[in-house]
Amino acid sequence: MSLELDDISIRLQDRELISLSASIGPGEVLTVMGPSGSGKSTLLAFVAGFLDPAFTASGTVRLDGLEITNMPANLRRTAMLFQDPMLFPHMSVGENLLFAIRAGRAIPGKVEAGFPSGITKQRAGASWADRRKIAEAALDEAGLHGFFDRDPATLSGGQKARAALMRVLLSQPGALLLDEPFSKLDTDRRARVRDFVFEEARQRKLPVLLVTHDAADAQAAGGAVVTLG
Amino acid sequence: MLALAPTLAILVLAGPILIGLLATALPAFNYFPALGGSQFSLDPWRELVVMPGLWRSALISLAAGLVTAFIALTSVAAFMAGWSQTRLFRSIQHLVSPLLAVPHAATAFGLAFLLAPSGWLMRLVSPELTGFSRPPDWLIVHDTFGLTMMAGLIVKEIPFLFLIALAALPQVRPHDFAATATSLGYGRIAGFLHAVWPQLYPQLRLAVFAVIAYSSSAVDVAIILGPTNPAPLAVRLVGWMNDPDLKMRFVASAGALLQLAVTAAALLLWLSAERLAGLIHGCVRVSGRRFTREKTARAVSAGAISMAAFAVFAGLALLALWSLAGYWAFPDALPRSITAATWMHEMPVLGRPLGITVAIGLSATLIAVAITLACLEFETRTAARVKGRALMILYLPLIVPQASFVFGLQLSFLWVGLGASFGALVLAHLVFVLPYVMLSLAEPWHAADPRYARAARSMGASQNLVFWRIRAPMALAAILVAAAVGFAVSVGQYLPTLLIGAGRWPTVTTEAVALASGGDRRVIGVFAFVQMGLPFLGFVLATLVPAIAFARRRDMRAANA
Repeated sequence: MSLELDDISIRLQDRELISLSASIGPGEVLTVMGPSGSGKSTLLAFVAGFLDPAFTASGTVRLDGLEITNMPANLRRTAMLFQDPMLFPHMSVGENLLFAIRAGRAIPGKVEAGFPSGITKQRAGASWADRRKIAEAALDEAGLHGFFDRDPATLSGGQKARAALMRVLLSQPGALLLDEPFSKLDTDRRARVRDFVFEEARQRKLPVLLVTHDAADAQAAGGAVVTLG
Repeated sequence: MLALAPTLAILVLAGPILIGLLATALPAFNYFPALGGSQFSLDPWRELVVMPGLWRSALISLAAGLVTAFIALTSVAAFMAGWSQTRLFRSIQHLVSPLLAVPHAATAFGLAFLLAPSGWLMRLVSPELTGFSRPPDWLIVHDTFGLTMMAGLIVKEIPFLFLIALAALPQVRPHDFAATATSLGYGRIAGFLHAVWPQLYPQLRLAVFAVIAYSSSAVDVAIILGPTNPAPLAVRLVGWMNDPDLKMRFVASAGALLQLAVTAAALLLWLSAERLAGLIHGCVRVSGRRFTREKTARAVSAGAISMAAFAVFAGLALLALWSLAGYWAFPDALPRSITAATWMHEMPVLGRPLGITVAIGLSATLIAVAITLACLEFETRTAARVKGRALMILYLPLIVPQASFVFGLQLSFLWVGLGASFGALVLAHLVFVLPYVMLSLAEPWHAADPRYARAARSMGASQNLVFWRIRAPMALAAILVAAAVGFAVSVGQYLPTLLIGAGRWPTVTTEAVALASGGDRRVIGVFAFVQMGLPFLGFVLATLVPAIAFARRRDMRAANA
């Protein structure tokens, strides 16, 4: 899977904020750096389909060769992680994961990219038990065994970040868009969560577009770096 | 579908008002074939102007609008200026909030029970201080100038303006500005009035206009507390409208237009007073005077607000007490015995109005919440923002006096064969419920973090799924509070219920107001208590349901607090 950005140009009135062409291969990370106000997050909003109508944008975005530039956000398969974990506060941790699992027919025996390792269903089974099993396996993989019924508010920052990542992965994305997702974690957690995210993305061969103002993030990502502003 | 929601809302808000005004204006000029008026003429006006005491009625209405708005607004402004960020301010804030839910009629009855010559205050000091062993023959309630009526309106409008001001306050960063002024040596009140008030007032303006419009045309409060000879204009209109002589409908319609003119005049006078106040304020602001001696002003402002809150609470307690009172002779401060007899006796009479009140209230509230959510969801999906003119339409039902268009609306309903139907009644209530539901839900809805929905969307959830699973449940508490506000508004409606329902749909409110002339305090106590209890129950449910539903979700509780 790959994410291609062709001649992207985003303007606010007459001012051009972003001008970018890039191709992110499977498992690769493109880091976009720049000070606040440089339009980094606007780029992610454009790729994910949330661009505020105040902006005008041109260029094409392709995921796996399919043009998604004008698709509704929910059909793009560009999953986002934000500065905050954004676990839905009215659902348990497990319900948060179930929310992400697409309903559909189960195809047993086939391992698919985008799913936590060891889950052998292409799409989540229709049965509650199957869906729950998938969610619990994902929690295990994130070191959150037995957290299914927990209130997300009771998790630590690192636990929330990992649960948020598993949630996003369960939605079977084609690419990951990261909007400074490590900036609110304390330093020693930051490195661990970061490695976990990049490792999961590499395993699933997901292209990652990372926006940050932290040079350490860029270094850890190890891919190409674009600096804005 | 969703794209139609804003249009539907505008139709619901403005449609009945325009139709109502039109159907008032035609008979006012003698044209309404259904009632036998087939030619335009000025006859209704000729009959109207010779009504005894007409100008006095109009003047009382005009004065009630201006005096109520002025005193209520001044009290709120002075209290905010003198006391914000103090412990007293916070306790008053908690005390005043629930008062918004108390219907006007219940407040008015409570005040009557407190202030009347045979009321509780007089009993408290009699016979020791006054020597009275029977109630003096004073005209306190129903006084000729409508002062008690204005008092009743003021104590009810203070919480309304106070809460609107509280909601707008954070946007104008009051503490930074007030602190800047104080550090320049200005007194607390002067600092607030110079630095914060000019930014705050524009956000209160529409609410102040609503207060003026309501107070200059209120019917229920005027029947309970207002002068009778002559009564305020709106009360007399109702009398003419219900006159068995159908020709009086034409006079009533002309009167309704006069009511519209009176309210418009009150608003125009207020606008010029605003100008004048702005000029004076401008001069004072650059005079350099610091106004640091403000002890008295602060004390008065705290006194005014506390007295208003006390009056309402004491009145409500008296309603409850009277409904349970056994033998209670005049100078006694408390009844000799407590009995459930009145309740037992009224229970069978109470059932039907109670059921109708709840049915209308729930129907109107449900529709209003659905329309509001559809509008807000449409706004969210299209990233549009409603402002300016749309907000004016929202306030339209609060600023056009009820008495000026509900008559016409009744005639139009009759004309299309919907007269006095349940649906017509719900529609009429909806006109007044919808603005309040929208006003109270819009702000928390817009304050929600859009990233939750984006996270859900980016995981493949459709807009509809996001609405039902993310946006709506996360806003549950705010939705229920808005519904409780809407229900309270519906319960409190007197004039639309009376006229559109044509007496066929009695509610606790119409029944309670109808009891005013009879003067049996025990029965009034029962009905007014129920009238106040219904909205209260609504707010209790609105608090309990989310608390139980999200008992194990800490961040939901924090968001609701």
